[in-house]
Amino acid sequence: MIGTGFIYGVAGLMFAAFAILSATDRTNPKRFGNATFYAVLAISFLLGGKLGDVGNGVLVLTLVAIAGSGAMGRGGRATTTLDERRAEAARLGNRIFLPALIIPAAALGGTVLFRAVPSLVDPKQATLVALTCGVLIALIAMQLWFRPRVATPLAEGVRLMDAIGWAAVLPQMLASLGAVFALAGVGDVVGKLAGHAIPEGSLIGAVLAYTLGMALFTMIMGNAFAAFPVMAAAIGIPLLVRHYGGDPAVVAAIGMLSGFCGTLMTPMAANFNLVPAALLELKDKNAVIRAQVPTALPLLAVNIGLLYWLGFR
Amino acid sequence: MLVLCGIAVIVAGFLLRFNPLLVVAVSALVTGLAAGIAPLAILAAFGKAFNENRYVTVIYIVLPVIGMLERHGLQERARLAIAKLRSATVGRLLMGYLLFRQLTAALGLTSIAGPAQSVRPLVAPMAEAAAEAQGVAPGGDRIPAMAAATDNIGLFFGEDIFIAIGSILLMKGVLEGYGIVIQPLHLSMWAIPTAIAAFLIHGFRLWLLDRRLTRAQRSAK
Repeated sequence: MIGTGFIYGVAGLMFAAFAILSATDRTNPKRFGNATFYAVLAISFLLGGKLGDVGNGVLVLTLVAIAGSGAMGRGGRATTTLDERRAEAARLGNRIFLPALIIPAAALGGTVLFRAVPSLVDPKQATLVALTCGVLIALIAMQLWFRPRVATPLAEGVRLMDAIGWAAVLPQMLASLGAVFALAGVGDVVGKLAGHAIPEGSLIGAVLAYTLGMALFTMIMGNAFAAFPVMAAAIGIPLLVRHYGGDPAVVAAIGMLSGFCGTLMTPMAANFNLVPAALLELKDKNAVIRAQVPTALPLLAVNIGLLYWLGFR
Repeated sequence: MLVLCGIAVIVAGFLLRFNPLLVVAVSALVTGLAAGIAPLAILAAFGKAFNENRYVTVIYIVLPVIGMLERHGLQERARLAIAKLRSATVGRLLMGYLLFRQLTAALGLTSIAGPAQSVRPLVAPMAEAAAEAQGVAPGGDRIPAMAAATDNIGLFFGEDIFIAIGSILLMKGVLEGYGIVIQPLHLSMWAIPTAIAAFLIHGFRLWLLDRRLTRAQRSAK
């Protein structure tokens, strides 16, 4: 069955190629830092399932050592100049948008198609398998159209990867930190603290503690998924649903969306906030968060109002 | 209470601008030790979770495609396409993208767009081209940051309307743990009011951005 093996195989081979291209890039004074970082990611994708938990832990320590010591730089392989790109844009016209549409089209079509044949493709991985297929189809199409050297798409890929750098694995690292937090029982402690903070007999107090707690705990954990079970156990279920008779669907849905407002305001949600800043090569790495706060705060207020007026009819 | 030291490490580490990977690793160590877990067991737990979460990092396989398209002028073409539309403003463009992102996410199509797939190659250059026509100096952070922010807001406040998205399934699972059985449709329905509010609030900010740019341009002339 086609599933994670296929997806991780493609990703692993790509990172292996990134490692080789980085190691041979003499324009980058820190080329071996980059090469080792990408090689470790390639090992993780290709062999992670066979290394054992401690082995994977050692991979993580290697990544942290490279990133923490500032051993990564940016490669300087030649790409096209701005003038060449403008000429290409004029020559190719709107046809250049076509390969860009292959990935979303494949992700959409593949997801629908693969769910229909659960014996061939793991249904849980249908979207990622479809996305991977879309990438391969787009690469083949561009190979036929532009006829570049085989290494060119990978060299262009490593140029973008270097722009993101170590931030690329920060989301995966934070997800793993969440697992350690769960093991240590951090959620229960936070839940108890939040439970103590509510004045007795006040519905609006409980609503505020629950929604603001969701937003704040999401900002700490970087993820509303980690915050929801904790705040549901501390306030949502015992107080809002059982004590005040709130509608559990409204309490759950709006609680989660209050958490999403927190996601917009924290560097801990690295994949949404820090990675785009790196990818867009912004000077201020918190610029995306700054752009989001003025939407997130009024929306959090709206959520508080919605829960208070819709949840307890 | 001692296990909260890990959270303090995170906050202090980010404020003091240490490398975030280092901060995360130290926080995991401190939290584990505070909970009385042996160092090797902490390393194993972290390694296991890292391996299970590899799918988070898979998205970078799109980079060779995006890089090739950039090499052949995709961003420049996106700029040209917007520059030709005289009525295009950065606010209207991003409002349209916000609506597109919310509607497609509500249909479960969360991975057809994103910072790597659509913002860097298309939306950010288009927004910059429109803003430059409105008198914004090129090269600033504000417009591309707004493009990335619009992508996130559209995704977050659209996806929960889709019944088979992770967060809906998580809520259903947690509620079932308390003996409350709820249909996913019922949960996703209650995401709609917030989705509308998100469109109105962010759309209003984009409208304000347009108005500010128009006024600045008028007073400059």
